[in-house]
Amino acid sequence: MTSLAADVVTSRAGSRTLRGFAELATAVADAAGDPAWLADLRRAAVARFADVGLPGSKDEEWRFTPLQGLAALQFNAPGPAMPVAIVDLAPFLLGMPGWPLLVVVDGYVDRRLSRIGTLPPGATFGSLADAIAIGHPLVERHLGHHAPVDASAFTAVNAALVRDGAFVHVGAGVALQEPLHVLYVATDGAAGSIVAPRMLTVLDRGAQATVIETFVHLGHARGTPRPQLTDICAEIVLGESARLEHTRLQRESLATYHVGFTAVDQARASHYRSFALALGGRLSRHNLHARLGGANIETLLYGLYVARGEQLVDSHTAIFHDHPDCRSWEVYKGVLAERARGVFNGKVIVRPEAQRTDAKQTNRNLLLGDEARIDTKPQLEIFADDVKCTHGATVGKLDDQQRYYMRSRGIAGRAVEVLLITAFVAEVVAEITQPQVREALEALVYAEMNALIA
Amino acid sequence: MSSPVEALVNREYKYGFVTDIEQETAPIGLSEETVRFISARKREPEWLLEWRLKAYRRWLEMTHEPHWANIHHEPIDYQAISYFAAPRTQKPLGSLDDVDPKLLETYAKLGIPLSEQKLLAGVAVDAIFDSVSVGTTFKATLAKSGVFFCSFGEAVQEHPDLVQRYLGSVVPASDNYFAALNAAVFSDGSFVYIPKGVRCPMELSTYFRINAANTGQFERTLIIADEGSYVSYLEGCTAPKRDENQLHAAVVELVALDNATIKYSTVQNWYAGDENGVGGIYNFVTKRGKAMRGAKISWTQVETGSAITWKYPSVILQGDDSVGEFYSVAVVNGWQQADTGTKMIHLGRNTKSTVVSKGISAGRGQNSYRGQVKILPKASGARNYTQCDSMLIGNRCGAHTFPYIDVQNSSSKVEHEASTSKIGEDQIFFCKQRGMNTENAISVIVNGFCKEVFRELPMEFAVEAQKLLGVSLEGSVG
Repeated sequence: MTSLAADVVTSRAGSRTLRGFAELATAVADAAGDPAWLADLRRAAVARFADVGLPGSKDEEWRFTPLQGLAALQFNAPGPAMPVAIVDLAPFLLGMPGWPLLVVVDGYVDRRLSRIGTLPPGATFGSLADAIAIGHPLVERHLGHHAPVDASAFTAVNAALVRDGAFVHVGAGVALQEPLHVLYVATDGAAGSIVAPRMLTVLDRGAQATVIETFVHLGHARGTPRPQLTDICAEIVLGESARLEHTRLQRESLATYHVGFTAVDQARASHYRSFALALGGRLSRHNLHARLGGANIETLLYGLYVARGEQLVDSHTAIFHDHPDCRSWEVYKGVLAERARGVFNGKVIVRPEAQRTDAKQTNRNLLLGDEARIDTKPQLEIFADDVKCTHGATVGKLDDQQRYYMRSRGIAGRAVEVLLITAFVAEVVAEITQPQVREALEALVYAEMNALIA
Repeated sequence: MSSPVEALVNREYKYGFVTDIEQETAPIGLSEETVRFISARKREPEWLLEWRLKAYRRWLEMTHEPHWANIHHEPIDYQAISYFAAPRTQKPLGSLDDVDPKLLETYAKLGIPLSEQKLLAGVAVDAIFDSVSVGTTFKATLAKSGVFFCSFGEAVQEHPDLVQRYLGSVVPASDNYFAALNAAVFSDGSFVYIPKGVRCPMELSTYFRINAANTGQFERTLIIADEGSYVSYLEGCTAPKRDENQLHAAVVELVALDNATIKYSTVQNWYAGDENGVGGIYNFVTKRGKAMRGAKISWTQVETGSAITWKYPSVILQGDDSVGEFYSVAVVNGWQQADTGTKMIHLGRNTKSTVVSKGISAGRGQNSYRGQVKILPKASGARNYTQCDSMLIGNRCGAHTFPYIDVQNSSSKVEHEASTSKIGEDQIFFCKQRGMNTENAISVIVNGFCKEVFRELPMEFAVEAQKLLGVSLEGSVG
């Protein structure tokens, strides 16, 4: 197994590798206990990363998101996780106290902090490591098949390093009322290392669920924390007529490089609704890919990214319309202050068979700082003729007439801006259907907008 | 849908004939010798030869064509092309009367009468046949206003200072693979200079014709509009039907000095290849304009021909308050591929750009809009509006949009809209119900779809473009 490390060092990728990745991958592979299929997956992942390395600026998918900063870092084995108390998590919990909660600290499920409660028969919510250990057939069938190691350099890194994460399975016809919350906590123990948890969610035919993923940082170290890489991969499989509402909240520290890849595979007549919020990270990137693998599917993607200072926030979405009579609807909004940079790339690909596709994509950006920057690329690739596809992108600042209108109604100063920006972002937040989650996020976003203007 | 429409699928490309004329061609292949041959043949000054050779060496270093475009073709063998072809003339041309009657006949057949007396519309024409200009009309009338309109070759002899100053100032020789190749081997093209404050008294037009086999056409056009001047320039192109692919790698440079306006219209109808996708022109063109303070550059293009089109007429909005426009209709049918669009680079303050692109895909055609709107930090108050609509006719074609929007300051406003839809069955039904046949119904609908672009074309061209569109789409609905 140690030979794997040598492969990485002598790879074609050369200097574009992740420093320390080879040692971390070897340590994971040597720790053993992997079933054969997982060992194979890890080997393929290490080989793949050795082959491609970190993407450079010539890579079209990474053209506006430079990774030199990441390539310059040295990653080591993680230190012991800092002790986390339940009270520390209070600010990040949503909705009702009794909702099922899985806490993943520095990449490992913390059983003490998690509370799953009682789920209806046919539903599983727990540690991915446990599911692997008991040889759950769904894990072998799906893990690495929807976000394969060649999907991106970072899906390979994740597959090579993943030890634990979340596993969700909802059996046929089972409807979960309470949202399942996966709270990923990075502590000072992960500083200078790579955290690579993974989520696998499988909804069988006619199942219904709500899943929330939250990424946060809890640090007690003084000064700026040492940079860390969170490389997260989520695979979501929706059976026929299944319905999933997925909320993803990225609130990492400003020292973190956050790279996430969410792959959604939908069967006939299924419904997927996503809300992705990106607030934190020095550099954050989220790929959300939905493959519409049957007719009459509905896919709704809503997103909001907010950045300031030197932050770079990048959202890449791709919707693959492979079958007829599907509908996809996408609205992503961005607020960029100070010297922040935003990147948006939305692909809609309509195959020749996907007749009567109805796809609409919108990306709207608000630049608050004179040095803020956005690179947006809404992209349509259409091979079928009987379709209705549109996209729109706008970039601008707060409207002077709207400001004037507010002032003429006696609203003055900072409140004008806070109100206008909140109104701008409210449209996407309002799309969360779970009322308690929506209310919690409205409050969070309002507080963030207030902080942005202060 | 209807058999008369199907019957028209294989209608011949009207301009596919070959003129049988004695030609002088350069030996096939490309080397420094070829570059020297062309330069010597054109009696060029030393600096221009040096410029060409520098470009040639730069081209050698580039090693391959750009691969990022959404087009597919077999590798091009640059050693299998002749880089110079000219109708053989006995003596230098004094006037149009000296032009070989066969050539005049060719242009008459193409609907471009070169004889001045036959011209009613008052459009001055420069006709380029393979590598050289065969005649420019209305030179005297234009000279009265101080306008220089001549072939590039003549300009090098007669206005060397202007050529030396502006050649390569907008599209440098090292800009891209095809621009470098063009800089090394360009043979002729048109040259226009409009003096300060002059409104060019008539439309200027260049007609490009590829005739010889195994040749490429590498023309270079340079238009300079001095301060406060105005010019409208039209360009048309055709080629014979041949089984091999012919390369057309042109460069167009526009310089609009303070408060000048250049309006550049193209109707591109190179041979597109046959119904199996064999033959046709590879149209790999670099077109770019630089707009100084308060200047305006407007590109209008109707692209119906060529097997492959790779073309991004762009505007560098360098001066404050300058304006860039791009209006495009691109049609692909049969096996045609088009990757076309524009770049609007905003450098100056309060600069404005408008992009309207209409793509029509039929048959097995693949049509991509690729555009960039870049607003740099100092371009405060910049404004862009982009609209790109695609229409699909049949389910074997494709329509793609790749817009890059890069905004680097917060006082600018950018809007981009795009839509893709099929030609409306209910619209066709409505037209048929009122007594139109399917073909006319499609023509009416397509022309309506394109009207925002067509209305930017000069009158004569607009009529031509509408007809051309009708011909291009014949047989696409069946």
